Amino acid sequence: MKTLEEIKAAIEAAVPGAGVEIVQNPGPAAQHSLRLQPGSAFEVAKFLRDDAELALNFLSNVTGVDWPDKEISEKVKVTRAVTKTVDGVEQTVEETVEETRKRVEPGYLEVVYHLFSMTQKHGPVILRMRTENRSDKVELPSMTPVWRSAEFQEREIFDLYGVVFRGHPDLRRILMWEGFKDHPMRRDYVEPDDYDYEPTAHDAVLAKAKAHQAAQQAAAEKGAAQ
Amino acid sequence: MAVDQELKIELGKQGVFVTTLQELYNWGRRNSVWPMNFGLACCAIEMIATTMARYDLARFGAEVFRPSPRQADMMIISGTVTKKMAPQVVRLYNQMAEPRYVIAMGACAISGGPFKQGYNVLKGIDRYIPVDVHIPGCPPRPEALLEAFITLQKKIDGQSLTGEDRPRFLNSEAPGEFAVPEPGEHDLEPAANKNVWTVPVVIR
Repeated sequence: MKTLEEIKAAIEAAVPGAGVEIVQNPGPAAQHSLRLQPGSAFEVAKFLRDDAELALNFLSNVTGVDWPDKEISEKVKVTRAVTKTVDGVEQTVEETVEETRKRVEPGYLEVVYHLFSMTQKHGPVILRMRTENRSDKVELPSMTPVWRSAEFQEREIFDLYGVVFRGHPDLRRILMWEGFKDHPMRRDYVEPDDYDYEPTAHDAVLAKAKAHQAAQQAAAEKGAAQ
Repeated sequence: MAVDQELKIELGKQGVFVTTLQELYNWGRRNSVWPMNFGLACCAIEMIATTMARYDLARFGAEVFRPSPRQADMMIISGTVTKKMAPQVVRLYNQMAEPRYVIAMGACAISGGPFKQGYNVLKGIDRYIPVDVHIPGCPPRPEALLEAFITLQKKIDGQSLTGEDRPRFLNSEAPGEFAVPEPGEHDLEPAANKNVWTVPVVIR
């Protein structure tokens, strides 16, 4: 099989301005992936499937990743002018101070596709796409018209992560019911507080059960006071 | 009204059969409990094994699995009850005719089991419908289901047809229908039927 660099070059030759990036996997698996731009992803997908040499005609898996907003604090050396009294004379001295700066890296939702070729017997080639943010700009092109097997898995990602797939033939919730508002696989999902009865709680569940009991007690006391 | 056991045997030797209506009624009732043809998850495989030749649930009178709740007497909650499935389970239970019994089979059906802290699993079906026998296990072996069935038969046998502890179907004031939970925006509403399930007191 072609290396990822060669695949990238082939994509860029076939789809001008595709803007494909290689995302390195630093882990021991070293399964590097191709990050597609949502605008050209559909064309690239069609090329990957129909190209005689690559012939990636089997989509084995689609999954989602939630990357929440990340607060990064980094130490920066800053040079600034400080007024000091040296030997009785006021002087302005340049001084280097270390400062901790915080910035928020915006989060996004990511969709990952694993492709294989049944005819060429190679793979996997991993594709990624990222949404602009996690709240309102969550649209990505659907791959269902290219690989039919994406249909249910994209519905699952829509259900559990909240990615909206443009061009999907039947985008409804698949695991949760109609009318359910949350996306349970997101990192900031708030689960319903039903910790009334936890006979064998420990660790995280014990903490939640205790918090629930404390809240119940506070509510009961408030009710009694009124 | 109890019949003296020795007198009964003695009369039996003489060819006289003595019994009470209650005994006869419960004998008939406990030996013709027809389960509903209904499985939810992996426990259903064990339930199917229980009905097959090796374990043969039919020996105890649970002869035919009925595919309609109208013809079934017992519901075996065999497997994980998801929050999406729970309203349908309660609805099926409501459609069964009295007398009806429920066996909650396996860790998931009795408490949510390994999926208890998941976002989509009900923490035990006894939050919505009355359960007669709970079986722990993941999954319980067919022997455990047989044991549960025998326990249910003993329970039926011990029931008095009159008085305060008479079975629900002989009590005209007992509820016949149980509230079906509505799928809400974040969870099932209500999260438990307060008439069926109250928070158990944990004694440590």
